[in-house]
Amino acid sequence: MLQTDQYIINVGPQHPSTHGGLHIEAIMDGEVVKDLIVHLGYVHRSVEKIAESKTYQQFVPYAARLDYLATNLPVLGYCQAVEKLLDIEVPERAQYIRIIMAELSRIASHQIAISAGAIDLGATTGLMYGMRDRERIMDIFEMTGGQRLLSAYIRIGGVAQDIPEGFIPAVQSLVADVPAMVEEYNGLLTGNEILAARLKGVGILSAEEAIAYGVTGPNLRASGIAYDLRKADPYGIYDRFDFDIPTGSNGDSWDRWVVRIREIEESAKIIAQALQDMPEGEVKGKVPRLLKAEKDREVYHHIESSKGELGYYIVGDGSDKPYRLHIRAPSFINLMVLPSICREGTFQDIITNIATLDPILGESDR
Amino acid sequence: MESLFINLSQAFTAWLMSLGLSAGWADALLLAVQWTCIVAIVTLNITILIWLERRVSSFFQERLGPNRVGPLGCFQTVADALKLLTKEDIVPSAADKLIFKTAPALFIIVAVMLYAVIPMGDGMQVVDLNVGLFYFISIGSLSTICLFMAGWGSNNKWSLMGALRAVAQMITYEIPLAFSLLGIVMITGSLRLSEIVEAQSGVWFIILQPVAFLVYFIAATAELNRGPFDMPEAEQELTGGAYTEYTGMRWALFFLAEYTNLVAVSALMSTVFLGGWQGPWLPSWIWIIIKTYLVMMVFFWVKWTFPRIRMDQLMSFSWKFLIPVSLGNILFTGAGIYFCKWMGWC
Repeated sequence: MLQTDQYIINVGPQHPSTHGGLHIEAIMDGEVVKDLIVHLGYVHRSVEKIAESKTYQQFVPYAARLDYLATNLPVLGYCQAVEKLLDIEVPERAQYIRIIMAELSRIASHQIAISAGAIDLGATTGLMYGMRDRERIMDIFEMTGGQRLLSAYIRIGGVAQDIPEGFIPAVQSLVADVPAMVEEYNGLLTGNEILAARLKGVGILSAEEAIAYGVTGPNLRASGIAYDLRKADPYGIYDRFDFDIPTGSNGDSWDRWVVRIREIEESAKIIAQALQDMPEGEVKGKVPRLLKAEKDREVYHHIESSKGELGYYIVGDGSDKPYRLHIRAPSFINLMVLPSICREGTFQDIITNIATLDPILGESDR
Repeated sequence: MESLFINLSQAFTAWLMSLGLSAGWADALLLAVQWTCIVAIVTLNITILIWLERRVSSFFQERLGPNRVGPLGCFQTVADALKLLTKEDIVPSAADKLIFKTAPALFIIVAVMLYAVIPMGDGMQVVDLNVGLFYFISIGSLSTICLFMAGWGSNNKWSLMGALRAVAQMITYEIPLAFSLLGIVMITGSLRLSEIVEAQSGVWFIILQPVAFLVYFIAATAELNRGPFDMPEAEQELTGGAYTEYTGMRWALFFLAEYTNLVAVSALMSTVFLGGWQGPWLPSWIWIIIKTYLVMMVFFWVKWTFPRIRMDQLMSFSWKFLIPVSLGNILFTGAGIYFCKWMGWC
């Protein structure tokens, strides 16, 4: 057997397929990955520290920048955490609008995961298909809050203002088109023999290992565990909706890919139900201008973000600013399994695994 | 129209002879003119082709593509080429400078050399070699050496990985590529491309050798380093592979050479499988252009639809599938020829 020297290849932080400023030190033997070291922190902005010098309301746009591809989800989580901390009631209509916005964000995020995954695998056309459909969701966000990417439409106590005219028809037509979109992704990508060969059996994450690392979200569900906070610990009004939790069986890249595509369909189901049941009424609860949390009152609130369990831990200190805000970022924890699932794979599988783990660096580096 | 270019070259030779040159000198000068024409046409054709691929791929992807510079954006490539010419030529300080600099030039030279044997019309061939097909395959595989030079000379791990992949891919796909053409050589009994075209006056070889056509198409895609086999380049993984360190016009030369190879391989494919320059009504040289462009469209289609295959899958696909299939095709063709002779059909 030919003995070759191991060498180190640095993937990123400037690399087309690392989904942001991710730096991976790959210890290679030829094309085989012997070990992998993940270096994080290239997008570190001290968001948690910034929170300590901002009032509760002021932090809302910062939360939007955590997961910039599913902007409404981190905002929803933060607002609900503050509402829990300060016992603020949210009107019914706002609850439904929030669900619609959150699920639209989830669809947009999974569309990015699939389309960016496609281009990481060399299927450039797949990127465009996902982006084209996500554009419609961006237009809907623009209708509500004026912002397309980093919307701060969801506010503490409700939403910024009532949904505009034309919002409901736009969402309805989007939901009606979701099956056609999914069919197109499946036709172009999922049904492709090469894609299946690239994903099946690659980066296997067993259920035990996933739990040991604390992996959540689609990545955990792909390993066969039907754990979804929307069902396991319903926040907001998620207990009123009927939807399934798609799960995989092998925990490989293929399962992670398929779970995300099926989650798009489930999210569309939730949106359709929310549109049907949405009542008329106020969209913002009674929120005092100055929000002050009692000293030493602490709260932990977690939501099912598109990447996994997104948690906010807030401690009040009697002023209008939190004493401490900690974010449990799912991407950070999901990325920790990367070395273990990449070992003994090929170099190309690193890229596949990053794509199917779908981390977002704004959230993991904070 | 049919023999426009032949008449032109004959008139040119006659004019040279009338100036008092000997026949040998006139032929040598004609050859020089022919080569210049090939280089000019190849370069011009490629500016069109790059524009075409960008437009076609944009239609696949529901985009508009370049449509601003000139009518339908057809001068976009010219603008890009001018931009590339004015860019800084960076040679990494750690690079092996001689190898680094010669690699792109050699690549394009090798690519242009392929056109020597392709019959671009009835009697329109620079040299009608008796081993034309063999010449084409062997010169075609030289391009890998240029890629390896680029990857090695860059002194960059990404480039080296790309270069090693290119070599592995060449060794793997050269075999089915050559084997797939053997069936045709067995039928025609000749490696001369003009004779292969003549042999297709009745029925095209794509009908007699469909399996060989598919094998050749797949192997040629791999030889051309085009998607789904663009492993040596692989922007998303190797950040450009062997081309990572190249800038400006040197990089553009690689790009140019890849397209030159693409046209050459498509032209050979039309020559060998699609009846070459033969076709009704239109002049022969228009037919070969139409066929070549059609084949290239299929290459575009494949590239812009498929994801990239993995390196080990690429190797096993060739060794475990393409080579056995092409060997089987040779056996089947041999048996068929023997059967025909035995029945007295040919």
